[in-house]
Amino acid sequence: MNEVIRAEGLTKVFNKSLVAVDHVSFSVRDGEIFGFLGPNGAGKTTTIKMLTTVLKPTEGRAFVLGYDIVRQAGSVRRVIGVVPQEYTADEDLTGYENIMLCADLYDVPRDIARKRAFELLELVELTRFKDKRVETYSGGMRRRLELACGLINRPKILFLDEPTLGLDVQTRTAIWDYIRMLKEEYEMTIFMTTHYLEEADALCDRIAIIDCGRIVAIDSPSNLKNSLGGDIVTLEIMEKDDVSEVIRSVENVKDVRCEGGVYRIKVESGEVTAPLIIEVLRRKGYTVTKLFLSKPTLDEVYLEYTGRKIRESEESMESFIRHRITMRRAKAR
Amino acid sequence: MSMVEEFRPRLIRGLWALTLRELKKWLSDPVMVIMFVLQPLIWMGFLGKSMNINALFSPRNIGKMPASIPIPGNYLVPPLQGIIYVNGTLLQQLLSSIGSEVMQGTFGVADYFSYMAVGMISMIVVMTSTFSGVSIVWDRRLGFLNKVLSTPVSRAAIIFAKILNAFLRAIFQATVILALAYILGLQLSPSFTPINMLGIYTAVFLVSVGFSSIFLAFSIRSTRMERPMQFINLIMMPLMFASNTFFPVDLMPEWLQVIVRVNPLTYLTDALRQLTIMQLNLMRLMLDIAYLAIFAIVLAIIGILLSWRYLTK
Repeated sequence: MNEVIRAEGLTKVFNKSLVAVDHVSFSVRDGEIFGFLGPNGAGKTTTIKMLTTVLKPTEGRAFVLGYDIVRQAGSVRRVIGVVPQEYTADEDLTGYENIMLCADLYDVPRDIARKRAFELLELVELTRFKDKRVETYSGGMRRRLELACGLINRPKILFLDEPTLGLDVQTRTAIWDYIRMLKEEYEMTIFMTTHYLEEADALCDRIAIIDCGRIVAIDSPSNLKNSLGGDIVTLEIMEKDDVSEVIRSVENVKDVRCEGGVYRIKVESGEVTAPLIIEVLRRKGYTVTKLFLSKPTLDEVYLEYTGRKIRESEESMESFIRHRITMRRAKAR
Repeated sequence: MSMVEEFRPRLIRGLWALTLRELKKWLSDPVMVIMFVLQPLIWMGFLGKSMNINALFSPRNIGKMPASIPIPGNYLVPPLQGIIYVNGTLLQQLLSSIGSEVMQGTFGVADYFSYMAVGMISMIVVMTSTFSGVSIVWDRRLGFLNKVLSTPVSRAAIIFAKILNAFLRAIFQATVILALAYILGLQLSPSFTPINMLGIYTAVFLVSVGFSSIFLAFSIRSTRMERPMQFINLIMMPLMFASNTFFPVDLMPEWLQVIVRVNPLTYLTDALRQLTIMQLNLMRLMLDIAYLAIFAIVLAIIGILLSWRYLTK
C-alpha cells in the first residue's frame, strides 16, 4: 500500500462557529515522516485528534490504513500509536507500570507485552529508571517514555503531537535521534505536528504548512525551499570592477545584486552553480576572495506562504492564551 | 482494502488495568488515604464523643441530688397535707433508667457515639464515591483521557473503572472506619454476625455506584476541578444534616422529614445501623436496600448514558 493516510475535506467546527480545521485534504505515503507545520492554534492538534479517533470530524472523511476513522475507529486505534502533546504517563506509577498499562489498553498479550516493554525501555534508554516513579523523570525522559508507550502495540503509523514541546535544544535533538532510530527499528510511518521549523526540517520527508485551519502548501522541505527561487550565493572579489553582468551570464543565475562590493546572487542549486561562477570570474581575470552559500530556510518558506513569520504569529502571548481558553471552552461543550 | 471485523479488546482486561491504576495512584499517596480516614475519625471522635447525649440522664450527671428530696404535698394528685420525702438514690436510678429508655426510643441505641459512628461510615462512602467520579477531570486535564481514548480500549471500561474504583475504596474505608469505631467503643448489637458485613457491602455498593456514576457524568465535561468541587461542598452538608446521620428523623420538623425521606444517605445509614448496632429488622432492611437499589439503578443509568454519549461523541 502506497498511501497510508488519506484525508478528504476534513473539517472540525467547535461550537458551531469556531472553525479549527477547514476542509483539509492530504495523503501520507507509506514509510515517510509527514509533518504538519504551523503556529499554535492552526489546527494541528485538532487534525491529529481526528485522525486518532479522539474527535469526530464535523465534515469530510479520512482513512488510516484504509480504515474509516469514524466507522472503523476501533480498527484504526489498534494499528496506530499516539504520543500526545501533554505528558500523559501517570506520575504516580513507575515507567514500567505505565508501559504495561498501555499494553493492557491495547490488549497486547501479557508475555509479549513484557518482552516488548523491556526492549522499548532499552531502546529509549530508560531501563535503569523503569522502577522509578514517573514524577522523578526529567522532561526528556518523560518524552522517551511516552514514545515507548506509544509503540507497545507495534503501530504501523505513529502519531506525534509536538514531540519536543517545551524541551531545551539539546534534549530536542536527542529526541529527534530517538524518533529516527525508532522509525528505522519498527519501519513505521510517522505523522507529526510541530511549530518548530528546525524540527520539521530535520525530521520530515514532507511537510504540510497549515495556517488558520487550512493547508497552504505541501511538499518536501527542500522543494518548498526551492520554490522560493533557489539558494543565495554571497561573494566578494579582489578587484573594484562591477562584475554583475558577468555573473548574470552564468547558467542558473536568476538575480544579482551588488551592495558595497558584496554580491548577493540568487541561484538554482547553489552547490553546482557557485563553482561555475568562480570559474567564469577566474577566466575573466577576477579573483574571488570570499564566498558564502546559503540555503533558504523554512522560516522564509513559512513567511512566503502565510505572510508572516512563525515567531511573530506566536508573539502576542495574550492573544495566544485567549485563543487557547476559547478552544478549551469550545471543546468542553 | 478488505473490510475486517472491528477490533474489540477484552473489556475485562481494560477495566481491570484502569481500576488498578486508580488503586495504585490512591495507595501511592498514603497521606491522602490516612486523611480520608482521619476526617470521619475526627468527626466521630470529637463530635460523637462530645455530644454525649446519654450522659444527660446518667447517674453521674444527676448524682448531685440529696439523699432525700422534699416534695410539697399539694404537688401530688390527689394533693396531700404537709411534705413528703422521696429517696434521692432511687429517684436517680429511676431517672437514669428513663434516660436510657429515651435514648433507646429516639436513637435506637444506648449511646450516641455508636449512633453517630455508623453515620460517619455513610458519609465517607458518599464522599469517596463522588471524588472518584470527579477525578475524571484530572484525567482530562492531564491528557490521560485523550490518550486512553486513542487506544482501542472499550469506552465502557473507562466508565466502569471509575465506578469499580469508587466501590473498592468505599468498602475499604467503611471497613476501616467500622474497625476503628469498634476500638473506640462502638457497641455492636447482639444480632451482629460477620455475615452482616455482606449486607453492609451490598448497601455500600449500591450507594457508590449511584453517586460515582452521576458525578462522573456531571464532571466529565468539565475541564476545571473547581466547579465539581464547589458542587460537592454545596451538597455534602445538606446531604448529611438532612438525613439520619446525626439525629433521628422523627424528631425533625415535618418539612425537613420530607427531604430526609428521599435522601439516599438516610437509607444507607439506616441499613448500616441495623446491620451493626441495632436489632436487625429484616423487613426494614429489605426496604432500605430496595430504595438504594432503585436509587443506584436510576443514577447509574443516567450517569453511564451521559458519560457514554460524551466519550463516544
